[in-house]
Amino acid sequence: MTGYLLRRLGLMLLTLFGISIIIFVLLRLVPGNMVDILFDSAGLVDPAEKARIAAELGLDKSIPEQYLVWINGLLHGDLGISYVSEKSALKEILPRIPVTARLALSAIVFAVLVGVPFGVISAVKQNSAIDYGLRVVSLAGLSMPSFWLGLVVLMGFAALTGTLPVYTEPPKTTLEAFLLVAVPAMTVGFRSSALIMRLTRSAMLEVLRQDYVRTARAKGAGAGRVNFHHALRNALLPVITVIGLETAFLIGGLIVTETVFNIPGLARFLVESIRNRDYPIVQNLVMLTAFIVVTINFLVDLLYAALDPRVRLGA
Amino acid sequence: MKWFWQSTVAILILAGTAAAQTPKSGGIMKIYQRDSPASASIHEEATFSNNVPFMGVFNNLVLFRQDAPVNTPETITPELADSWAWSEDKKTLTFKLHPGVKWHDGKPFTSADVKCTIDLLQNKLADKFRKNPRRSWYANVDAVVPNGDLEVAFKLGRPQPSLLSMLASGYSPMYPCHVPTREMRTNPIGTGPFKFVEFKQNEIIRLAKNQDYWRKGKPYLDGIDFPIITNRATAMLAFIAGKVDMTMPTEVTHPILRDIKSQAPKSVCAMVPTNVSINLIVNREKPPFDNADLRRALALTIDRKAFIDILFEGQADMGGALLPGPEGIWGMPKEMLTGMPGYSPDIAASRAEARGLMVKAGYGPDKRLAIKVSTRNIPTYRDPAVILLDQLKEIYVDGTLDIVETSVWFGKIERKDYAVGLNLTGNAVDDPDQSFYENYGCGSERNVTAYCNPELQKAFDAQSVETDVAKRREMVWAIDTQLQNDIARPTIVYGRAGTCWAPEVHGYTQMINSSYNGFRFENLWLDR
Repeated sequence: MTGYLLRRLGLMLLTLFGISIIIFVLLRLVPGNMVDILFDSAGLVDPAEKARIAAELGLDKSIPEQYLVWINGLLHGDLGISYVSEKSALKEILPRIPVTARLALSAIVFAVLVGVPFGVISAVKQNSAIDYGLRVVSLAGLSMPSFWLGLVVLMGFAALTGTLPVYTEPPKTTLEAFLLVAVPAMTVGFRSSALIMRLTRSAMLEVLRQDYVRTARAKGAGAGRVNFHHALRNALLPVITVIGLETAFLIGGLIVTETVFNIPGLARFLVESIRNRDYPIVQNLVMLTAFIVVTINFLVDLLYAALDPRVRLGA
Repeated sequence: MKWFWQSTVAILILAGTAAAQTPKSGGIMKIYQRDSPASASIHEEATFSNNVPFMGVFNNLVLFRQDAPVNTPETITPELADSWAWSEDKKTLTFKLHPGVKWHDGKPFTSADVKCTIDLLQNKLADKFRKNPRRSWYANVDAVVPNGDLEVAFKLGRPQPSLLSMLASGYSPMYPCHVPTREMRTNPIGTGPFKFVEFKQNEIIRLAKNQDYWRKGKPYLDGIDFPIITNRATAMLAFIAGKVDMTMPTEVTHPILRDIKSQAPKSVCAMVPTNVSINLIVNREKPPFDNADLRRALALTIDRKAFIDILFEGQADMGGALLPGPEGIWGMPKEMLTGMPGYSPDIAASRAEARGLMVKAGYGPDKRLAIKVSTRNIPTYRDPAVILLDQLKEIYVDGTLDIVETSVWFGKIERKDYAVGLNLTGNAVDDPDQSFYENYGCGSERNVTAYCNPELQKAFDAQSVETDVAKRREMVWAIDTQLQNDIARPTIVYGRAGTCWAPEVHGYTQMINSSYNGFRFENLWLDR
């Protein structure tokens, strides 16, 4: 087990190192640089001034040199200075982490709480009206684009309640704070819940046909115990994988939801920073996302062993 | 035209109504902001995304009246300067400064700050702006000479009446000598009615009332919040739901205006000209458009009415290099415009002439010219570019759209890496000097087509010196005629855009010949 953990940790570091090189090089291969963009907003182009700013930002150094400066800073907790705001990148990124984390976790909790039970029900009641209904809902969840659903939800809110769960200032009441997280979380979690529901259903259908389920029923176990204790536990492995992937996706993939609900989180900030070629912000945010994704994958692997005794890590 | 008068009358009625009421003090007003400005330093930016939230932090020496919709030399009023006077030879402009004015950090404002600001704009100081987009405005200022703390003289190379208009723009605030430029980008210090509180990228810009403002009793508001809402649909829903008191100025399009009026019928809206032109840029240095006939053919195929009908539901204006009247004060009259290439109402005849020129250059129905039409990846650029492609087909030109990300657009134009482009140009001051020198002047950094006519350059200087407005106008029209005949940068249309605010908001006047000068906000008040 210890050997396995060490191997996985080594692999994690190697993956992060690879990602750091890829993102660093890719960012500099993309046409347009920060200096051009700075001048875009000023609407003029003066080569001498551009060169001066490039030197000021350290962009006149070679790419390997720039990479070493960044990695060295990263290892010492210095993420550099945002080219746009001229503030510490760390100070720009830190306040946004809880905003996105709260939204992503709420969305995944919603998705699991909705997706797993309804997936089980759909499987158990296969080919019934409930099953058909749930399958249509899940198909709709997978088909509807988030931006469209988000806007429909917002318009519905505005029409029905006269208010709008979009962020324009820090919430003043608990209800406001709740709505600001819950509504976007449900909107974005709807797609994930649909995916989880469909996967749970198919995994359950497979498991429900297994001999041990029939045996459990024959031994007089109740429907609830059979479905949720015997069947669901064994059907969960692929579902856990998808939940892990969805969580990782949500950390970096909330751009549409954050934009529609005007949430000042990491995803919107990342896209804005890419647009501005704000290298220090983009590099560090992508590394953070990569770290989270790799860590979640690692935790999912560990969960396999906990859920399925047949899986022996390191064996 | 009808729309203009309706808008103007509505604005005047509103202004009159507001004036008739006694302003109330207090309240935080919320105005949504469409994006995060690159910095808080007005002098370093060239977008009204910066002026709207930060103009209230500063004062100018002089300013266009904030309650007058049209900016003219007659609407220039004192601000940090109590008065001004021209010398007899019109080469010295002297300002008497208001006593007792303090910066937000408590230090006194003096004539040294005025000198410092202009020196910064002229790149004369060690501490330089990172960007300096309006340096050309001050090219004629030889020196700024303080005379004691409360008097300062601008010494000019030649007479230039328009200097006062440029100093009255929202783009011309006074900066403090004692605050480095870097600090001004992130934590601006001004003398204005509002103090800067915070700027969180993609989240909010916040201003608070300057309790020690030198104009006693102003501002009325306790503060202004500018929540940054990048999604326009969300922003408009936020306005309709009352989460913000006002839309970002000129961000409301015609279809959105209808939505707002149907869902929030009590809101007050103004749809007005913005002095932003949609124009055609042609690379005159590279084949095939180094051929003047082909450039003329491009100009002749433009059907401006189609642009106006499709993009602005019939409510926009044709014009030359300067915003046409009655909103614009220097634009050519309509009867002059119709004689310019591509402005004739007889589009079929213009296109027949264009096709003749194409045939002369070796193109025709069997040998069509394939080009890329470059434009910025922003709807306001893309939409007219698509219409242009369609109109080019009429003269044997098959264009494909080359959509360029904002991050690449200016670099591409700088390298002249385009054949034909669709561009937008905003004018901060409705004055020929600003437009001619910036957009058509030889060697100007913002002259993106690199058009250069040395004879016309002399004419720019001649009109700039002229103090007789009627004479100057004649000179300006002659220049504009030449620019249109040279296909320097054909203006396709001057657009219109809207602003809406809640009925509780008073004291706001939407300017109609500039989108950059009307955001001091010290007269705003909330009737709650």
